[in-house]
Amino acid sequence: MIRYMVKRVLLIVPVILCVTFLIFFLQYLAPGDPAALQLGTDASEEEKYEWRETYNLNDPLLIQYGKFLKGVVTEGDFGKSYRTGQSVTSEIFSRWPTTFVLAILTQVVAATIGILAGTYAALNRNTWKDGFVRFLAMIGAAMPSFWFALLLILWFAVERHWFPVSGWYGPSYWVLPAVSTGVLGAAGYMRNVRAAVLDNVKQDFVRTARAKGQKESKVVLHHIMGNALVPIITCAGLQFAMALGGTMIIEQIFAIPGLGRYMVEAINNRDFPQLRAAIILTAVSVSVINLLIDLLYAAVDPRIKATFKASAVRKRKITAADLEKGGEQA
Amino acid sequence: MSENGAKQKIKQRSLLREALIRFSRNPTGMAGLVIILVMVVLSLLAGVIAPEGYDVQDITKKFIAPGSQYLCGTDNLGRSVFVRLLYGGRTSLLIGVVATAFATVFGTAIGAAAAFYGGKIDNVLMRLMDILNSIPSILLAIAISAVMGGGLPNAILAIGISSVPAFARMMRGPILSAKAQQYVEAARSTDAADIRIIFKYILPNVSSQLIVEITLILANAILTAASLSFLGLGVTPPTPEWGSMISDGRQYIMKYPYLVTCPGLCIAAMVLALNLVGDGLRDALDPRLKQ
Amino acid sequence: MGRTAKKEIVWEELKKGDTLLKIKDLSIHYVTKDMGVCKAVNHVSLELKKGETLGLVGETGAGKTTIALGIIRLIPNPPGKIIGGTITFKGTDLYKISEKQMRTVRGSEISMIFQDPMTALNPVDPVGDQIAEVVLLHDHCSKAEAAQKAAEMMELVGIPRERYSEFPHQFSGGMLQRIVIAIALACSPELLLADEPTTALDVTIQAQVLDMMNEIKNKLGTSVLMITHDLGIIAEMCDRVAVVYAGEIVEMGNLVHIFKRTEHPYTQGLFDSLPNAAGDSKRLKPIRGLMPDPANLPEGCNFSPRCPYATEECFREPPKLLEVEEGHFVQCHHHGCMKGDKT
Repeated sequence: MIRYMVKRVLLIVPVILCVTFLIFFLQYLAPGDPAALQLGTDASEEEKYEWRETYNLNDPLLIQYGKFLKGVVTEGDFGKSYRTGQSVTSEIFSRWPTTFVLAILTQVVAATIGILAGTYAALNRNTWKDGFVRFLAMIGAAMPSFWFALLLILWFAVERHWFPVSGWYGPSYWVLPAVSTGVLGAAGYMRNVRAAVLDNVKQDFVRTARAKGQKESKVVLHHIMGNALVPIITCAGLQFAMALGGTMIIEQIFAIPGLGRYMVEAINNRDFPQLRAAIILTAVSVSVINLLIDLLYAAVDPRIKATFKASAVRKRKITAADLEKGGEQA
Repeated sequence: MSENGAKQKIKQRSLLREALIRFSRNPTGMAGLVIILVMVVLSLLAGVIAPEGYDVQDITKKFIAPGSQYLCGTDNLGRSVFVRLLYGGRTSLLIGVVATAFATVFGTAIGAAAAFYGGKIDNVLMRLMDILNSIPSILLAIAISAVMGGGLPNAILAIGISSVPAFARMMRGPILSAKAQQYVEAARSTDAADIRIIFKYILPNVSSQLIVEITLILANAILTAASLSFLGLGVTPPTPEWGSMISDGRQYIMKYPYLVTCPGLCIAAMVLALNLVGDGLRDALDPRLKQ
Repeated sequence: MGRTAKKEIVWEELKKGDTLLKIKDLSIHYVTKDMGVCKAVNHVSLELKKGETLGLVGETGAGKTTIALGIIRLIPNPPGKIIGGTITFKGTDLYKISEKQMRTVRGSEISMIFQDPMTALNPVDPVGDQIAEVVLLHDHCSKAEAAQKAAEMMELVGIPRERYSEFPHQFSGGMLQRIVIAIALACSPELLLADEPTTALDVTIQAQVLDMMNEIKNKLGTSVLMITHDLGIIAEMCDRVAVVYAGEIVEMGNLVHIFKRTEHPYTQGLFDSLPNAAGDSKRLKPIRGLMPDPANLPEGCNFSPRCPYATEECFREPPKLLEVEEGHFVQCHHHGCMKGDKT
């Protein structure tokens, strides 16, 4: 098991390397000379060359990437902002917790509503209650999050003053941002939870539990939900990743000083080092979450744990070269 | 078309007809289809309904509330919101359809290649998809269009690329299992070319999943397009687009909420309708899956 | 549903040979939109004495499992509906007590063994805990005591207690069925409903499991309703047999009645479809046709479309269950008609 965990942790290293490279490559594709954009058109060639030199932009792509990686690994430096000339590291890390808290709050709202609604729908399958919940979920999935957020602001901040319109100064400021994405995220949860619970309600072991004289609440909570956890966790991982990606819009609407808003500012200033660092940090967070999800599976389902163990045993017999290649097939 | 193919086609057509009959009996699916048709026809006929175009400004008529003269009111420049919604629908649909087509072609090709050839190709392609997947798709789309700059073609490309991994993943599984079927083995033994096998024997058998996925990705593409435009990364003004109309109306939301609600309703209705049709098609094409 | 006043069920004290379970006129239908009304069980009456084993034999889909689920009130509803009938267990009508009271019956007074041991256990719970669960529910003891009892039950069914914390996927089918049996017997129920307990197992394992069930049953004095389609198991395990066809009991009696003095053509058909290992060169005589669709039963005798002896009366008039000799019941207009055929 530990063997598997170590291997799984090591596996995210190449993924992170590729993600960072991909983002580097994207920037390389960008039309126009960043020096001209940042310094203005009347800057001299020497000035532009000088400017590019400070950002390693005169180097070939791979060298640029190598220097960037070296900076990250040796000094924890994620590059210098075009605009301020300062390292972006402290900025992205000071903004990251806000975004993370927002994503967590969103997930709490989404998971709570989605799991309750999904279970309710599955237990009342093919009745009007089920249909109603599914219909609401469909509407939730169809609404653009920024539109829903604006409607919530209109109803609960502008017309009723229950919550502040924007900002990030305390719990009352958290409610609307968390609810606006959380309620829509609940739609995705609901679908998955419903399917997962439906997969289990007719299983024989559920009947066995009832035949034991077990209470219906315990049958649902322990036996049905216990077996529905794996797909629910999968869904939670995907949703969390989406929430991290989607904070950009929500932070922009509610003026929340997180990583997403930072990215929007970076885009507007065409400040690629800022944008790049923020995207890399987000992508790394998503990779780490995926890793945690994988490890959670094993904790929740003994069968998955067994396949991990089995694959670890089998892999030991195969050469090191195969190990890397076949890593995720198990 | 060979005799063999002709025979297969007869079979397929009857299956398709059955699926269509099942679909037509599904009230929610049909409701979705009607909504889509109405919206598509209205957008296509935008030039007929409002030949004067979407950019007719009349400052004296700004912020007229929705009513009989202006169905959805007018905006801050006195432009008819309804007309802009019609033309905006064109843009949104165009982005959605082209981006989805892009993702379908490339995603299916990658998924099919990975599943069909297996081994190293599979590993490399799927790892690549994993990597793309580890960047949330909306963020990827934003990153691509931020780097490439705004505008319609870049928005389409950004959304298309960010939808590719989902397609590739989705197609790989069914193709892998279709590959193992006897009839594919049989086709192989007659020395049929790979591309022929993929197109003739494998794709038709995963087409139901493909069709369903296309409707869902299309819905998602329309949502993403709206988000991009909302952030100012999509189409450039004055071209109307539902997402950018919400963005424009945002500053007037307190006094003139219809500037935000109308385009939002259009997006929600379109996406909802696509999802309804997708679900209906899933039930119709694969009755076994219905619960 | 109104909350009924909390009331302990008053059970009759029973001696060996007294009637433990009495089913009277039980009818259970499944009502679905697509398929119409499926009449799974129709007017079934039977009795089970304390310490006795009654076999329910019949083809797949005859309604045997539905009868058992009807007894412990676990018919999935919807679509299942209990149309009528009474089930008296130790003097109490199980259809008159509340769901809460019924839960105290399930697992402790009446328990059930299901057909497929591979799916009958929760895959994410250790097997020992699954046995302890039922003990904890009914024996009012601490968790540690329940675990102790569970471990004892595991040893009783022949699984070392060291495997308490293992998960179902780590066991073979036969082992799992032993666990299922341990769960069913953990609270020493008076009635065990065994729904094809060995169908999913290998033949060699079947014999082991049956032997073990017999042993434990005799030790605990449990009555068993043995549901099976295997006449061999009936011969080995049961005192009396009820033959079920299309949701009705068509013949019921002791082993001698059924095996030696067969009166119903369907029962005869079951025997004729058995391969005979004794070297009898007679070819197999399968019963022709299929069981009628329970959503669309024939007008007269349910077996008439397949019966070689059917006459006009059979197609018109459903037969009544008659007692042809003491304790031997047959539901056939022409009972005993194939006596002449018998060698």
